[in-house]
Amino acid sequence: MTYLPKPKLHHPALPKNAIGLTHRDYEGAISTLCAGCGHDSISAAIIQACFELDIEPHRIAKLSGIGCSSKTPTYFLGTAHGFNSVHGRMPSVLTGANLANRDLIYLGVSGDGDSASIGLGQFAHCIRRGVDMVYIVENNGVYGLTKGQFSATADKGSKSKRGVVNTDSPIDLVALALLLGATYVGRSFSGDKPQLVPLIKGALRHKGAAFLDVISPCVTFNNHKGSTKSFDFVREHNDAVNRLDVILPKKPITADYEPGEVIDVPQHDGSILRLIKLEADYDPTDRVAAMDYLFEHRARGEIVTGLLYVEPHATDLHAELGTVATPLNRLGEAELCPGSAALAEFNAAHR
Amino acid sequence: MSGIRDVDLAARTVVASDGMPPTDIEDPTYFHKVVDCQWACPAHTPVPEYIRLIAAGRYSDAYMVNWWSNVFPGILGRTCDRPCEPACRRSRVEREPVAICRLKRVAADYKNDIRDRLPRPARQKNGFKVALVGAGPASLTVARDLLPLGYHCVLFDQDRRAGGMIRTQIPRFRLPEEVIDEEVGYILDLEPELRLGERVDSLKALLDQGFDAVFVGTGAPKGRDLDVPGRREAAAHVHIGIEWLAAVSFGHVKHIAERVVVLGGGNTAMDCCRTARRLGGREVTVAVRSAFAEMKASPWEKEDALNEDIPILDHLVPREFLHENGRLTGVRFQRVRTERDAQGRRALVPTGEPDFVIPCEVVLVAIGQENAFPWIERDVGVAFDRHGLPVVDPLTFRSTHPKVFFGGDAAFGPKNIITAVAQGHEAAISIDLVCRGLDPRLRPPPAVRRTSQKMGLHEWAYENEVSLEARRRVPHLPRSRALASLEAEVELGFDPEQAWHEAERCLNCDVQTVFTRQLCIECDACVDICPMDCITFTVNGPEAELRGRLNAPARNLEQALYVSAPLKTGRVMVKDEDVCLHCGLCAERCPTGAWDMQKFLLETARAGCR
Repeated sequence: MTYLPKPKLHHPALPKNAIGLTHRDYEGAISTLCAGCGHDSISAAIIQACFELDIEPHRIAKLSGIGCSSKTPTYFLGTAHGFNSVHGRMPSVLTGANLANRDLIYLGVSGDGDSASIGLGQFAHCIRRGVDMVYIVENNGVYGLTKGQFSATADKGSKSKRGVVNTDSPIDLVALALLLGATYVGRSFSGDKPQLVPLIKGALRHKGAAFLDVISPCVTFNNHKGSTKSFDFVREHNDAVNRLDVILPKKPITADYEPGEVIDVPQHDGSILRLIKLEADYDPTDRVAAMDYLFEHRARGEIVTGLLYVEPHATDLHAELGTVATPLNRLGEAELCPGSAALAEFNAAHR
Repeated sequence: MSGIRDVDLAARTVVASDGMPPTDIEDPTYFHKVVDCQWACPAHTPVPEYIRLIAAGRYSDAYMVNWWSNVFPGILGRTCDRPCEPACRRSRVEREPVAICRLKRVAADYKNDIRDRLPRPARQKNGFKVALVGAGPASLTVARDLLPLGYHCVLFDQDRRAGGMIRTQIPRFRLPEEVIDEEVGYILDLEPELRLGERVDSLKALLDQGFDAVFVGTGAPKGRDLDVPGRREAAAHVHIGIEWLAAVSFGHVKHIAERVVVLGGGNTAMDCCRTARRLGGREVTVAVRSAFAEMKASPWEKEDALNEDIPILDHLVPREFLHENGRLTGVRFQRVRTERDAQGRRALVPTGEPDFVIPCEVVLVAIGQENAFPWIERDVGVAFDRHGLPVVDPLTFRSTHPKVFFGGDAAFGPKNIITAVAQGHEAAISIDLVCRGLDPRLRPPPAVRRTSQKMGLHEWAYENEVSLEARRRVPHLPRSRALASLEAEVELGFDPEQAWHEAERCLNCDVQTVFTRQLCIECDACVDICPMDCITFTVNGPEAELRGRLNAPARNLEQALYVSAPLKTGRVMVKDEDVCLHCGLCAERCPTGAWDMQKFLLETARAGCR
């Protein structure tokens, strides 16, 4: 815990991105989470991803629910839009905001309690509607704010800090997201920024429902022997299927790879998701194969990470609804209320 | 903790062949170098330690930290060349260094009577007799270190009062006489035998008096002259700078003509021109050969001269003293420019423009000082090199004669007071070792302490919030009043509130980030919080390559990388010491206490350490 604000001084040779900002410009208020919390590393990864993508902070809307994870939007992108909603209700608030203003980049930050318990229904419907967003679950398997009870993502058989064994089956949010039709699904680990930052970058550039399950050890209540969400356990059981490199349009491709070593997935905005294979036979564009692989390896006690699934030609809710290209919040009264004649015509069409 | 340390040392031997070895933080020089100011100070004064005491209003304690280390805090707080300030980390992370020198003066200005904290004259003499030739800063330092140990020290000086160049060459408006009397007095209170007003004419005769050691601290007493046409004819109106300053200091000279030219670009030239302004010089001009930016004078001294309406004209090489009937009428200069060859060597090349004349009635020549040892017989056993300097061991300050030691400007040519003090300390150690029949090349180690500053979850025994304030300027006396008197001190010094603000700018570089590898769980918390991007967890590699791929490239090769032994993942922790703010956020954010903030206090050895 730190009460001291981070000093304003920064490294004299700090690089600036294309819009003239340093990564320090993407920071928020000082975190009040426990020292060493994985969530703070995820915040740092979001900062790094936004910096590298040259995103103007005010083009991002951060939405969250309740919990340790949902506090974090205060600690990054201090000049972005933010809405700290009700427990488990972030997805519907995000959906509403997205419908009203399709021009912003929506970043939903939630936790395993917020999304897998109280908000499971909201999570499911937001994903299946294909809302264009990045949905990050900071997954530590416990309720940190209420002193470390098991959450719905805690593995069966894992031990609490006091030695109690969890007897309930876990909810695998990645498996759910795949099942519910998410078009960009990844899993990562707060202690592996080289993997996490590109995954967040790819999600931010993805048009459609992007879901990231990020295992984030709770240093206070869930980082002991017997936990399956500890730094040591995750490092020992991490099965990364690929490494992602997000190549922006017009940026030169620097690294060379042998054919067969990489899979390039072009995105609608011209960027390329370059996946360096770590698992030779893994095809991240095959939803069914991805689910098979996930279940198979989970049964072996492995934690599958990487970009697990991506649909190259994804669409989003606005496309399905056929809404106008102009964000609804920028339409004038005349366009939004075309008058009683138009209403009568519309009603007639439904008779 | 000792068990943990053993494991770490064992790990030093099993690193990948091309990776950097783990840093040995038990080597006192490692953390000493991180304290840039202390490392740069010739006497290695623990600067952050006394700055914290000043911030706490503990001026007497701050003074004593200084006094033990540099002997003349009040004098140095006004006159030091301050090698610490260009080294200050603050100038690399903000803009200007902490005003270390003027904070030292604050400690001297606001302290209480500290005499009861000073060593007393030795109750029992140890039977050894030491002659100290010249009563300047080097000899006084030797006296201070040896007298409490029981040595019988005999202080010789040609002047009637002790102090040497501190008294004769530094004008009173920069250094009031009371300050000299006070701090020289603390040493004289230790009761050396004073033979002031007595010039030593023969080292042989001195050695014959049965001294166990002779320390030569005679400074660089000879001002360099300028031999150009007209010098002899106008001799009565051309003065050597340091001789003239001494004559002013002793009250022999009270006036100067209205138009004065000062030749030279060092601090003596600055003292000469400013003194001339106060003795009746209305048009005082400094003429220097080199470019203005390359003058030897400290920037602040140049600034002070300019503030007193003294033009400093550069790129002028004096060619002739113009005179009429024994009266000086001016100086003729050739105009030059600076050119550099491929190796960056500087050459002054005539521009070809017509010569330039500055009319004047008096010239002060301040173009350098030289050592002079006419009193040392060349067959006495003290060897001299071809530049006329004694051959002195830079470690022990012993000459080729086993009983004769040198220090200060007399040893390696003109430097500054703080260097003289530092060398005096070293010579005193050597004299003590030699008298006790020990090898003076086996130097006693410094005293080193490391103390954790942790008080609570986010509470430290030092103020870790980094001040964003800019460097404060020391208030000056209004110019009209300053120029009206030779004695009125120009700099007024910081008041306690200004001093507190300035002290808060210190980054506490002596509070070290100490990393315990075995406790680290590689959670990245320190990496994420570090405001300067100093910390990286990565695979090891050769230093040059590693420096290029850290979170922020470590391009300052003078600053070390702190590298751990391999961690659980096989990676190492690398910290670039260069721009660390010592804010302690890494340690506050560390969930396991792998980072700790520990105050590193290094005190150099003093004579008598056993």
